[in-house]
Amino acid sequence: MNNEELQNIINSWFPDSISNAVITETSDETESVQPISSNGLEFTEEDSQFLNVTVQPEHFHKLMSQLKSNSETNFDYLFCLSGVDWGTELGVVYHLESTTHRHIIVVKVKTDDRENPAFESVCDIWATAEFHEREVYDFFGIIFNNHPNLKRLFLTDEWEGFPLRKDYVDEINMVIK
Amino acid sequence: METTTVNTNFKSEEYFINMGPQHPATHGVLRLLLTIDGEIIKKVDPDLGYIHRSIEKMCERDSYQQIVHLTDRMDYLSSHINNEAVCLAVENALELEIPDRVQVIRTIIGELTRIASHCLWWGVMGMDVGALTTYFYGFRDREMINDIFEETCGARLTMNYNIPGGLMFDIHPNFVNRVKEFIAHFKTKLPEYDTLLTGNVIFQKRTRGVGILSKEDAISFGASGPIGRGSGYSCDVRKHHPYSAYDKVKFKEVLKTDGDAFARYQVRIQEMWESLSIVEQLIDNIPEGDYKITTRAVIKLPKGEFYQKVETARGELGVYIISTGTKNPYRLKFRSPGFSNLSLLNHIAVGGKIGDLVASMATLDLVIPDIDR
Amino acid sequence: MSIAINITGTIQDWLMNMMPEGVANIVAMVIVALIYLAIFAVAGLYLVLLERRVAAWFQLRIGPNRVGFQGMLQTMADALKLVSKELTGTVKADKFLYNLAPYFVIISSLMALAVFPFTKEFQAFDINIGVLFLIAISSIGVIGILLGGWSSNNKFALIGAMRSGVQTISYELSIGLSLLTMVLITGSLQLSEIVEVQKNGWLIIQGHIPAVIAFMIYMIAGTAETNRAPFDMVEAESELGAGFHTEYSGMKFAYFFLAEFINMFIIAAIATTVFFGAWLSPFGITESIPWLGVFWFLAKAFILVFLMMWFRWTFPRLRVDQLLTLEWKYLLPINLVNIVIMALIVWLNMTIQF
Repeated sequence: MNNEELQNIINSWFPDSISNAVITETSDETESVQPISSNGLEFTEEDSQFLNVTVQPEHFHKLMSQLKSNSETNFDYLFCLSGVDWGTELGVVYHLESTTHRHIIVVKVKTDDRENPAFESVCDIWATAEFHEREVYDFFGIIFNNHPNLKRLFLTDEWEGFPLRKDYVDEINMVIK
Repeated sequence: METTTVNTNFKSEEYFINMGPQHPATHGVLRLLLTIDGEIIKKVDPDLGYIHRSIEKMCERDSYQQIVHLTDRMDYLSSHINNEAVCLAVENALELEIPDRVQVIRTIIGELTRIASHCLWWGVMGMDVGALTTYFYGFRDREMINDIFEETCGARLTMNYNIPGGLMFDIHPNFVNRVKEFIAHFKTKLPEYDTLLTGNVIFQKRTRGVGILSKEDAISFGASGPIGRGSGYSCDVRKHHPYSAYDKVKFKEVLKTDGDAFARYQVRIQEMWESLSIVEQLIDNIPEGDYKITTRAVIKLPKGEFYQKVETARGELGVYIISTGTKNPYRLKFRSPGFSNLSLLNHIAVGGKIGDLVASMATLDLVIPDIDR
Repeated sequence: MSIAINITGTIQDWLMNMMPEGVANIVAMVIVALIYLAIFAVAGLYLVLLERRVAAWFQLRIGPNRVGFQGMLQTMADALKLVSKELTGTVKADKFLYNLAPYFVIISSLMALAVFPFTKEFQAFDINIGVLFLIAISSIGVIGILLGGWSSNNKFALIGAMRSGVQTISYELSIGLSLLTMVLITGSLQLSEIVEVQKNGWLIIQGHIPAVIAFMIYMIAGTAETNRAPFDMVEAESELGAGFHTEYSGMKFAYFFLAEFINMFIIAAIATTVFFGAWLSPFGITESIPWLGVFWFLAKAFILVFLMMWFRWTFPRLRVDQLLTLEWKYLLPINLVNIVIMALIVWLNMTIQF
């Protein structure tokens, strides 16, 4: 199904009563950009090939499990889980695909707590997330709640710091041009 | 926010052994901690990172042409296809029109790379289950492909033939003839593979019913490539998200439903036949034209996010670029097929015997630099 | 005490003239033992080279051909290298048993080598329970393996040794029963008698169908006895360490290694003697030249050795439980039925005689 329908379905799961975001003016914006709606979800198609949904951490797990279990969306294939350091915020980007309907959606979740960033783990929804979340923890320091085995994956257990963050400094190993 | 982590590591009384980083049965530097009870495996915990080179961090400081050179060190057996992934991502982001000649040549060389990778896989698979001669037969055929590549691209393993905008040089005048010779030769050799290994009773007993992976589990674990197809999951990127010249050729996506090691084995052997057929369809009609279009010396991608999927010999490789309009990517993530394939090792090995672990791992076809990046 | 040594009467007589009878006998025995030790060493060396060249031939390459003519001195060079290596040992290993284990294996191989009839005059020890002696001796070799694994104080070596022990004692049954099948035709366990009976045609032809079945079972079981592929899960399972000889280095490792090749030769030699007529030439063509018997014996044995090497480089490995299932659920019942069939055939005089 196309992005319009996806957007409508997802919005229907989060009715406006869960509002905790600011409602902005909408009318003169271009069609592809949707305003921040009152349910904490932000949709955009700008700068990307797919529909992007930015969700607040509180509703994140509910959104993900709905995306998988609902038979109209049926996103059963999580094909990319990346951690991103957006400069001020730390976030995780999930690329989901449905093997039956063959549509793709991108879910982003961010937090500006750089000391103790934490999100819900989606290991119980997609089994592939277990290793990917360990990798994100290893490189960004993001903690995933309810993860069965959250420890460093590539680096040794004694390593200090999180290398893929933008403010990571390592005089010996990093070659800066 | 509250942080809760549940740890289910090893209990100290369990009997655990190490399939250490240097080891004949793990192809590359992979350390597996096995918890066993007699002959039965209770848990498999991979320990990665022995060949981690922080490619993703390096990509944040390199230009796009330099990034292409980093990619073929990841999965060095499908190096050409890795290069193609980044080049396609960059070309699609810049919305460049790639000439037909380039697309066809990329497809041909990609399929030859796939055949070479599967030849090596077959040789190693035989070696792992004990038929030590298959190693040499697989490498003999791979050598022919490597020689073709050496003449055209200049290198045998890390090809660097693709650049954003096209190919680095035009193909060598001998290329077409040598590829045709290779096809004729390999068509007589591939049935030999079946005679030597596939039909052998001992081999079938080692692989049938071993390491079973159901279709739902394959999708949930993100298995792609021959592993997913061996479980009945149709995941061929060349069919669902075609790139280069794949929409112009006719080929079958090989699916088997058993989900055991033997099914994955058969999928790969059949894929070699399909790749041969693709090369045959294209090799006689390479269109004339330019072999590249000139791009700027300094490539700057527009602001945005770009994702490109390709089908390597192991599965689906994804390149995810977040660009802020400068000459380096802001974040570049490689979704490597081996990483997701490795995560299902614990699931399929538990409850089986150690000999079964070796056989299933051989069918997973892991290349560790691809996993560790 | 008189021992049936039929090598050359002249040496015996010469010794008798020089010293009293008892001492002469002992000196004669020592000389024979030294000769056999030399045969053992040379045979071992050349079998290793043969294996490497045969493997290379299957794998479309050449193999060692630089050291000496066509690589003849290669194994000598390797043996010299092994002799010069440090003999490491583990700290908590049981020193006495650790050092003793390789000798069990070597000694059992040498003892078995002594009974073969290389030709009419060339047999060191023609005991009247020949076949039984051979089977009993091969069982002693198992002790060496188990001791080696146990005394290394290494849990992986122990697992490997246990597995190897189980495999060996299981397949000994099959070997014994298939040899027994052939003894039904000959009526005697003595090896020279067995060869006499084969002057009417090799036993594998005399016994036609059950003999062929017995031979096939014997080859399978024989390959399993020596822990060779496709039954080498124990030693090629280098996931768990190199099996029972993990902790051995240098010359002691060389003992285990050589013993494996000599065992292979022994299995082939037993098959040659019992099934293929030992030193008898086909259709009696060179019966007038008795010393040519050595050539026939060695040729037949080497064909069988080549067959075992062929198995190794072609087939994948069986898993341990599949290995044991093969023996206990398939080979043993077939063997027992085969003995009954053979007994019937002998009783009804349906053997083929020339």
